[in-house]
Amino acid sequence: MDLGLSEEQEMLRKSARDFLRRECSKQLVRQLDESDEGYSSELWRRMAELGWMGLVFPEKYGGSGHSFLDLAILLEEMGYNIVPGPFFSTVVLGGLTILAAGNEQQKMEFLPKIARGELILCFALTEPTASYDAASVKTTAIARDGEYVIRGTKLFVLNANVADYILCVARTKETKDLEDGITVFLIDGRSPGVTCRLLKTLARDKQCEVIFENVTVSEKNILGRKDKGWPIVKDILQKAAVAKCAEMVGGAQAALDMAVSYARERVQFGRPIGSFQAIQHYCANMVMDVSGSRFMTYKAAWKVSEGLPSALDAAIAKTWVGEAYGRVVLSAHQIFGAIGFTMDHDIHLYYRQAKAAEIVFGGADFHRAVVAHELGL
Amino acid sequence: MDFGFSEDEEAFRREVRQWLEQETPQRWIELDPGIWEETEESWALAREFRRKLGRKGWLAPAYPSEYGGSGLTHMKRLILAEELAYGRSPISIETEIMVNWVGPSIMLFGTERQKKEYLTGIASGDIIFCLGYSEPNAGSDLASLQTRATEVGDEYVINGQKTWCSYGHLADFCWLAARTDADASRYEGISIFIVPMKTTGITVRPLINILNRHSFNEVFLDEVHVPKENLVGQKNKGWYQLVIALDFERSSIGYAAGNQRIIEDLVKYVKDTTRNGEALASDPLIRNELAQLVVENEVARMMAYRIAWMFSKGLHPSYESSMSMVFVSEVMRRTADAGMRILGHYGELDRDSKWAVMNARIMRMCLSSLSIGVGGGSNEIQRNIIAMRGLGLPRK
Repeated sequence: MDLGLSEEQEMLRKSARDFLRRECSKQLVRQLDESDEGYSSELWRRMAELGWMGLVFPEKYGGSGHSFLDLAILLEEMGYNIVPGPFFSTVVLGGLTILAAGNEQQKMEFLPKIARGELILCFALTEPTASYDAASVKTTAIARDGEYVIRGTKLFVLNANVADYILCVARTKETKDLEDGITVFLIDGRSPGVTCRLLKTLARDKQCEVIFENVTVSEKNILGRKDKGWPIVKDILQKAAVAKCAEMVGGAQAALDMAVSYARERVQFGRPIGSFQAIQHYCANMVMDVSGSRFMTYKAAWKVSEGLPSALDAAIAKTWVGEAYGRVVLSAHQIFGAIGFTMDHDIHLYYRQAKAAEIVFGGADFHRAVVAHELGL
Repeated sequence: MDFGFSEDEEAFRREVRQWLEQETPQRWIELDPGIWEETEESWALAREFRRKLGRKGWLAPAYPSEYGGSGLTHMKRLILAEELAYGRSPISIETEIMVNWVGPSIMLFGTERQKKEYLTGIASGDIIFCLGYSEPNAGSDLASLQTRATEVGDEYVINGQKTWCSYGHLADFCWLAARTDADASRYEGISIFIVPMKTTGITVRPLINILNRHSFNEVFLDEVHVPKENLVGQKNKGWYQLVIALDFERSSIGYAAGNQRIIEDLVKYVKDTTRNGEALASDPLIRNELAQLVVENEVARMMAYRIAWMFSKGLHPSYESSMSMVFVSEVMRRTADAGMRILGHYGELDRDSKWAVMNARIMRMCLSSLSIGVGGGSNEIQRNIIAMRGLGLPRK
């Protein structure tokens, strides 16, 4: 057992932290939050130059062959700093799915471009039911002369507004087994019949409604096997849940650091408010939540990295970290008091992130149901 | 990072598990005394079991081998503690206090004679210590203790009153904190003594705990004479010795492991039980409750693992131990609460009823778990430590 980072991982963490402090100011974060694109092409390019997009891809696909655990370390730093943009949807939801399920030709075509920062991807799974089960996939793909015609509405699709390619989960066969007959397609975002509308959201992240109206796609663009796409989706949802936890750990750590430093400086009744036991106990609870979150996240990430069964640990992590981040940032708000209730202050950026992160890829109740299932209940 | 155990460690776990299966007395399993529930009979069984552990070198495995330890690595000690608790073995809280607080303090501050005599006795299971810290007016504010030790010739004469002395009625010695300089500041005039419980002038009176068992005692000291050689460490520096001892290995892994066993019992119960023709295991609220317990206990377990891991790296946990303690104590209370909700009326029954389920463990735990966030520094004190030592928040 070794709960520490390797020297190389420490370097990755430090260089990511230094880079983001320098290049991704809160001013930029706010500016991008308020923009329609939600990302800076300049920052995107520089992140690609640092090798972040290709971090987990093998070298033959233009990556540097790092582990999922290393990616989690990077995501923690991105969460700490809040980095707006399509990194998560491109690398985690898009890249890792292609890496896991794509054929050699698809990998050669997409992964090097992702690694160079030339492609933005998004993952279109959820529909108006807003849930992550196979039964909710109602979008259809009907075969016609070596092509498929896609019809349906996808909702809450992150970064579809800027995506070059959409990984679209569609139903190719109606059977009793709802997990059967699902196929994942790689669809050019500029295909005729694709309409994308930006949704205005709490976190000001770029979630979209994507309508597919008789969109044709070649059967060559099927990812994995026809009708057998649900295991691909399940696998990526598990990894995405853990990756999101890593981001949340970073965000929670940032909220804790901000609150503690304020509690040390803010003077009321002639003493720093951090000397009052009520505030100290909030902070103690926060650091317990952050530490616990970090262990659960890295334990699950380690299992993914090692190729061990990780369904239970991923669900435990998403359950705990999602709720813990919420508690941490709420306590931070309480410590900041009135100043935290302003747009000028940074803490609300984290509060918004926490709310969105808790929901995405299944909330705590969803994952508790997974845990119960894994217990054999 | 590596969250797994090595093959050698896994083999050790199997060895411990097998040994416990062989050596845990059948009568102990029948009596099934939970925490704070020992009886005279169970106490005798536990004492015998401790000696067996001692012969194996597993009672105080961290001690140097000359004092009865076995030089197990930190990770193996973690595994041993985990298996002892998970196996509901005949070992109790005072053993941990004695082995993990008193022993290491003697190791750090004791004379060679004290080490030979007491460490060996602790590690073999032949000597029992009780703790003489708390007083009626010195609980969380331990430094306000008033028991007085006065130097007279070759002796100290001790007068005062101690309370909450766990198993003081059965102990051979008391590890006692007393004031040796009444004029010094509250932290400066305290010293630590080893006091044989048979000494004239000691009166032990039972305090019956919430489970209706005799585990705690009041100890009255009236002109108790102890030789000077029973002073441990430096005179008037006892407070600092005592604070260091509070940081000794308290990974609280035992609590997490014991709690895991309870959660597994609950899972089994809901799988095996139907109500109104419906399996309890299919009730979404019950599934939700149990899943949450599993999640929380995993967090508690990892916090405890961290302590052992830090020691293995030569690091010295301080507020990390407090975090682990606070967290697991609250998880245990929530486990008892959730268990009561799941069992409903059946959860209320004590084990003499033929209707009792899970050997009434949940109702007993409802009571016993109240102690965990109080004893050895309340959760409020622990949170102060986390905030001030861990996060650097100001005292004033």
